[in-house]
Amino acid sequence: MEKRGEGKEERVGELSRPTLEVVDLTVRFGGILALDQVSLRIDAGEVVAIIGPNGAGKTTLFNAVCGFVRPGSGRIDYRGEPLLGTAPHRLARLGIARTLQSLGLWPGLSVQENVVAGSNRRPGFVSSLLALPSSDRIEAELASKAHDILGRLGIAGYASAYPLTLPYGVQKRVIIARALMAEPSLLLLDEPVSGLSAEDIDELAGLIKQLRTRMCVAVVEHHLDFVMAISDRIIVLNVGRVIASGTPKEIRDDPQVATAYLGEDVPTPEASSDA
Amino acid sequence: MVAVRSRADRLVASTLRRHLLIALGAAVVLLLLSAQIGAYDDYNLTAVAIFAVAAAGLTLLTGLNGQLSLGHGALMAIGAYTTSLLLKDHRQLPVIVVLLISVVSAGVIGIAFGYAAARLRGPYLAGATLTLAVALPQVATRYKSIFGGESGLTVPPSAPPDWLGADFPPERWLAWIAVAAAVVTMLLLANLLRSAPGRAFKAVRDNEAAAALAGIDVARTQVLAFVISAACAGLAGALFAYWSGITSPAGFSLSLSLQLITAIVIGGLGSLAGAVWGSIVLVFVPLLTSGLASSVHLPSAVADNLPLAIYGGILVIAMLVAPHGIQGALRRILAIGRARREHTPGGGQKGVVDWDDPAPGT
Repeated sequence: MEKRGEGKEERVGELSRPTLEVVDLTVRFGGILALDQVSLRIDAGEVVAIIGPNGAGKTTLFNAVCGFVRPGSGRIDYRGEPLLGTAPHRLARLGIARTLQSLGLWPGLSVQENVVAGSNRRPGFVSSLLALPSSDRIEAELASKAHDILGRLGIAGYASAYPLTLPYGVQKRVIIARALMAEPSLLLLDEPVSGLSAEDIDELAGLIKQLRTRMCVAVVEHHLDFVMAISDRIIVLNVGRVIASGTPKEIRDDPQVATAYLGEDVPTPEASSDA
Repeated sequence: MVAVRSRADRLVASTLRRHLLIALGAAVVLLLLSAQIGAYDDYNLTAVAIFAVAAAGLTLLTGLNGQLSLGHGALMAIGAYTTSLLLKDHRQLPVIVVLLISVVSAGVIGIAFGYAAARLRGPYLAGATLTLAVALPQVATRYKSIFGGESGLTVPPSAPPDWLGADFPPERWLAWIAVAAAVVTMLLLANLLRSAPGRAFKAVRDNEAAAALAGIDVARTQVLAFVISAACAGLAGALFAYWSGITSPAGFSLSLSLQLITAIVIGGLGSLAGAVWGSIVLVFVPLLTSGLASSVHLPSAVADNLPLAIYGGILVIAMLVAPHGIQGALRRILAIGRARREHTPGGGQKGVVDWDDPAPGT
């Protein structure tokens, strides 16, 4: 596969420093083992999909990366630096942006403001308080950047609308626009296509293919056609463990994945976890 | 908004110039008004300005940042007692110095409470601030020698400067001070709200996890909102001390805190203009209802309670007719009118109007 080849070339130079490296990550919620010694890496320029049945720990993995849950053991490195213990609000500045499954749009802010607020650049408190020219200048720059991003996503016409008045498909694009506003080097998308029309899904796949030249993208998603279309690599989680990792083709042909996830001879989670 | 601007737009394109124009306009109108009305109405105008300062701070905290405070009366008390202690024993200090020190002292107390508040949510925060409202006046009663106990501390009035003439009414001078303080407060808050801090306040209110992911420090934002709000309350308290001439625990009871909440809800939660409307209602509706009650000749047992009953009735009706407060209703009317003029189908529909946008003049 051509895409795969490109990814490999880029990785040669960066081999010692993957963008995101998760090593032996274990997360427990009470007696439930949500993630069990999960190890994975995402290299620069890669689009990686994380799939798995409900309760496999996909979102928990994202939450651990973002500092929303505290892992029992293991390590998360971002660009060679340890990430664990970093407060969630510091991630944006480090270049990590994430969308939430529940979107997390702010209903009290317009679409434009929702996107502008995604930027790491903002006027300081004093210059805002006194409305100094510097704050106006930064605000104007942010507004025009947000306008560009909204335009690229085809939703510039909704800039002054309020998010909850908009169709779900538009809301999902707004949330991606907000994430892009931060110019991340690692973009984490949590179920970006659920609830979207087939047409919207194709457009989003096209967008992600464009983005991969500038950032690496990790996607948690159930929609397998979408995952197969966009991914360089797919990681399959099942009941908190990585059960397979490989190219879309390898994953499609993996009998273990088919058993655990694709619905052939589906075992119950209890039966498949012998831990 | 748009990168290319015409020269004519430039004047209002600067936020500071636009807000300054509005502020100066409001100040001039109010100063002219204060000269036309009598001492009694100057006194009421001062009250409106004082409540507007406190309500603006509270609407930022409760309306825009989602932190319900039932203790703002106590924060006003901190400003008022600071002023009273500064002016104790007929000490002469310029008004501006007294006001600034009162703002700082309430702001410092606000930092402490802000950190506590940032850890509390919803009813727990309301409960904690309620405790503040109930407990703080007790401090004044307990430490009589400093705070004067139940009878409180007297505050000497601020004498009008000589250049205004010997017979300039002191009520009008105080109205000028209060109006100037209110205009400056509104100007600064409006500046804040239309830039990054305003977005951060609302983002934290609407979804904390999403705000954190967007790089907003949730706890810091909440503390900041609390401190700004407390500073406003401190300023209002200091003006209140000058206005009432006496600072005592009875002046800062729980009902003052609740009145402030009423004002911001009636006016339109989260809107600075709404804080002004709410303050007008707070000052003038009780005057109106007591006038009404005394005009019909009723036994005093009924007449004494009638103003409160009418006041309550008005509040209930107002919330039924205008659930987004006075400012919300005005915006809706304007939006419908605009939509009619432009023949936009479905104009003025719910959700298209920004109920929460605090920027004046938009």
